[in-house]
Amino acid sequence: MLTPLDKQLLKETADLHGEPPGAFNIRKDGQGIERRSLPGIEIVPKEDKPGIDVMVEEGTSGTVHIPVIMTDTDQSDLVYNTIEIGPGADILLVAGCGIHNPGQGETKHDGVHQIYVRRGARLRYIEKHYGEGEGTGKRVLNPRTELLVEEEAYAEMELVQIRGVDDTVRQTEAKIEAGGNLFMYERMLTHGEQTARSDVAASLMGEDSAARLISRSVGQGSSRQIFQPRLIAYGRGRGHVECDSIIMDQSVIRSIPEIWAECAEAELVHEAAIGKIAGEQMTKLMALGLTEQEAEEAIIGGFLK
Amino acid sequence: MLRLDNINLSLEADEGTVRVLKDINLHLEKGKSYAFTGPNGSGKSTAARVIMGISPPTGGKVWYQGEDITGLGITERARRGIGYAFQHPPRFKGMQVRDLLEVALNGGSAADCQSLRQIGLCPDAYLERPLDASLSGGEIKRIEIATLLAQDPRLRIFDEPEAGIDLWSFEQLIDVIFNAHREDTTTVIISHQEKILNLVDEIVLIEDGGITMKGEREKVWPQIKESTACACLKNCTKEGELYADTTG
Repeated sequence: MLTPLDKQLLKETADLHGEPPGAFNIRKDGQGIERRSLPGIEIVPKEDKPGIDVMVEEGTSGTVHIPVIMTDTDQSDLVYNTIEIGPGADILLVAGCGIHNPGQGETKHDGVHQIYVRRGARLRYIEKHYGEGEGTGKRVLNPRTELLVEEEAYAEMELVQIRGVDDTVRQTEAKIEAGGNLFMYERMLTHGEQTARSDVAASLMGEDSAARLISRSVGQGSSRQIFQPRLIAYGRGRGHVECDSIIMDQSVIRSIPEIWAECAEAELVHEAAIGKIAGEQMTKLMALGLTEQEAEEAIIGGFLK
Repeated sequence: MLRLDNINLSLEADEGTVRVLKDINLHLEKGKSYAFTGPNGSGKSTAARVIMGISPPTGGKVWYQGEDITGLGITERARRGIGYAFQHPPRFKGMQVRDLLEVALNGGSAADCQSLRQIGLCPDAYLERPLDASLSGGEIKRIEIATLLAQDPRLRIFDEPEAGIDLWSFEQLIDVIFNAHREDTTTVIISHQEKILNLVDEIVLIEDGGITMKGEREKVWPQIKESTACACLKNCTKEGELYADTTG
């Protein structure tokens, strides 16, 4: 039975306003509490360690929600999820974690995902991190994702963390086979004393594989961010890495995009920018009637949209 | 509508204090259209930015509809009905044309707004366009003008609206700006274009930070053509360089 707090966390994490459509698994405070499989989409608990296997059969279309919520202080949860998107399937997968920490202790979730997007399949993956709570205890999220995009498959990953999470280390490794395509879009806003680090390594393994890694971030207060996306081409692939950040207050941001080619036919591009909000942008919006604060919010909101 | 009383603006530079605006006195009346013209760097845009509240004067008073607004910021002036279309509009990464229009419309629906269409941009093609480097200089300029028209301020200032705009769009732009002018509005256009100077009610010539000539177009324009500004211009390779007639 979901409490009002559970529902709030699910709304923020997975945009759920009731029972999820499609297949789902809801994990709360280290335990699976609700689950539904559908024809072609089976969700089963792992037997050897905490976590689930999501198996999508060939040619199946649908949505899968696998949110995690944590509602107490001084907790640590480690979960292993394996997701298999069968050949030619077309799936929207909404993951993510919401933490409510009411106390002084640290509440931490470490999620390890292995995702296989089989030949010709399409996956849209959304992972949203959310933190709240009246306590002073830290809210910590450390996701680790291993992704395989097989031949002619497509994976789109939207990774979002806007406020609320104190510490994050995100590690993502992706392999893209011939004709496969990965689009990864990361959005982050940190404030106060928060720290966030994102390491991405995407390997273009085959002919005509492609990857686009984009991060947009805003650093406020005394928060610190590190982005280290690495794009490696072992074959005739093409890739683009783009890191854009708005730096505010006393925050610190490091962006270290890396491109690495082991094939003369590879085409790799990277760009990175860190800068404050341009004065003319503020002036323009204020000349349309917004206050300074409203203008700043509009610029940041648009930047992270 | 608006009065500038003895406006001065000085800036500190390496070579000492620079007087950018010198004793500007000006009265802009409701229902009239004005052109601010003069050589590059003479202070036309700075005067407009003083009116909008972007550049605070170091001396003098700004009055708007009987109220001393000298101490008011940009937002307060915008909310009182002053609008300014930038000479070089900024770009916004992540924001769309729709977002900017909806700010101008104070939350109204951009889809119902006609200003994009008026300026020759199809809303279906442009509302979702990002306001970033993917837009050409001419497109961003037209969007800027459409945004000011959507805002519909009582005092509207267009800072070199023709800059970066092709000839066909320029003709359309002039029609749009002057068709939008009403009895209860005041329009100020900063321009070097003879075509625009020929359409306004009054011309204000600004040179070296001060107003050197102002008055009804029919009286002032012939004098400007014989003035120092034009004499300087006549030493240039092309006479039409400053006061260009884009109709060719």
